[in-house]
Amino acid sequence: MPTLLYKDTTLVKGVGFESWRRVGSAMQAVKVYNMREVDELVFVDITATNDKRQPDFDLIDDLADECFMPIAVGGGIRSAEDVRRLLMVGADKVVVNTAAVDRPEIVTEIAERHGRQSLVVSIDAKKEAEGGYQAYVNAGTRPTGLDPVALAQRAEADGAGEILITSIERDGTMEGYDLDLVSAVARAVSVPVIASGGAGNYQHLAEALEVGSSALAAASIFHFTEQTPREAKRHLHEQGYPVRL
Amino acid sequence: MTRIAIIDYGLCNLDSIARALAECGADPFVTSDPSALDEAEKIVLPGVGAFAKAMENLRTTGMDVALNHHVVDGGKSFLGICLGMQLMANGSEEGQQAAGLGWVDATVVKLEAQSPGDRVPHVGWNEVDAQEGAALFSDIDHGTDFYFVHSYHMRCNDEGIVVSRTPYCGEFVSAVARDNIQGVQFHPEKSQKMGFRLLKNFLEL
Repeated sequence: MPTLLYKDTTLVKGVGFESWRRVGSAMQAVKVYNMREVDELVFVDITATNDKRQPDFDLIDDLADECFMPIAVGGGIRSAEDVRRLLMVGADKVVVNTAAVDRPEIVTEIAERHGRQSLVVSIDAKKEAEGGYQAYVNAGTRPTGLDPVALAQRAEADGAGEILITSIERDGTMEGYDLDLVSAVARAVSVPVIASGGAGNYQHLAEALEVGSSALAAASIFHFTEQTPREAKRHLHEQGYPVRL
Repeated sequence: MTRIAIIDYGLCNLDSIARALAECGADPFVTSDPSALDEAEKIVLPGVGAFAKAMENLRTTGMDVALNHHVVDGGKSFLGICLGMQLMANGSEEGQQAAGLGWVDATVVKLEAQSPGDRVPHVGWNEVDAQEGAALFSDIDHGTDFYFVHSYHMRCNDEGIVVSRTPYCGEFVSAVARDNIQGVQFHPEKSQKMGFRLLKNFLEL
């Protein structure tokens, strides 16, 4: 699933959650991915939470109208009411990151009100100098003191339907997923895990499936290379992974 | 153009199903008003969300009575999608044991992982193996992938209503039909071309 990161008025892509480059219009991307029949889209407004903004409901409404595939929407979600409004304007799922740490009850509130299948808890993690991993929130700017594996387990227990695990260091590098991180999270929870951060070629995608992720998110590989979701899936299919062609 | 009522019970997104039906050549309208069903030729009950809350909302607005009147008594063609299919059952074990519309002899139960690869909720594309000759699956190949998002599935006491199965968590029933009533566990409105094909088939029923 391609990840679309939205900042101010355009899509962007960075490296290690920094040095954002503009990569085009959101609506254009949705239309293109529609035609290419990608499996799912992830759309995250990366500055909404830090700017203390709500999700842009009008924008999501417009995008979802053109989106005949599932779309998961994140950025700025602080309440079950935000989630209700996003689902009402056409989001299929929501992605919660900062709020799941600052106010963990929100996970249960959303799951009880909308069902856990509508909720993706996103965890951004960084390898620490002293070893181990730490989860970060506010678009990777604020350390939480929490172990991403423990956070994933808590989110699952509270009602998360899926865990999106992103390696901050690998993000945008196209050097491959952080397989230790993906594997640790996938082993710790029984809900589907989406690997994110670092995919640069089709083999990287296969590696993440091999260590237990159920789905794959990627951005740079599709923004900056000639590689496409369709070819990626064909490659995985040839290697014997169950994908939709 | 076929007038189709899309039932709004306040839990989920209805734009994509409305847009998809319009793309397929229908004239859909979204409503939470039971009396609006009078002008509908067909009825779609979509849904993502919690079973008990959905039934509560349908009852509060009197929509359950209107649905019974138009679908069961009036014979209007009906499609339940995802939770909308599950609501057709006798009841669900989700949350507190809640009673459903009781249109098909089935119970809604939780998906149980059967092998290490089975993750619940079942989120993503998976194959649908429809019975040969099923009208809803006309021109759709056996084993075509559709998009699923659910944690519960319908366990049918009446095998006669089963239209398709999907091999996940062992196997579960992914579509049912009985007379003018059909239900699909997956989301045709999010399943791109083949989803549209299925909606067109529904329009032609």
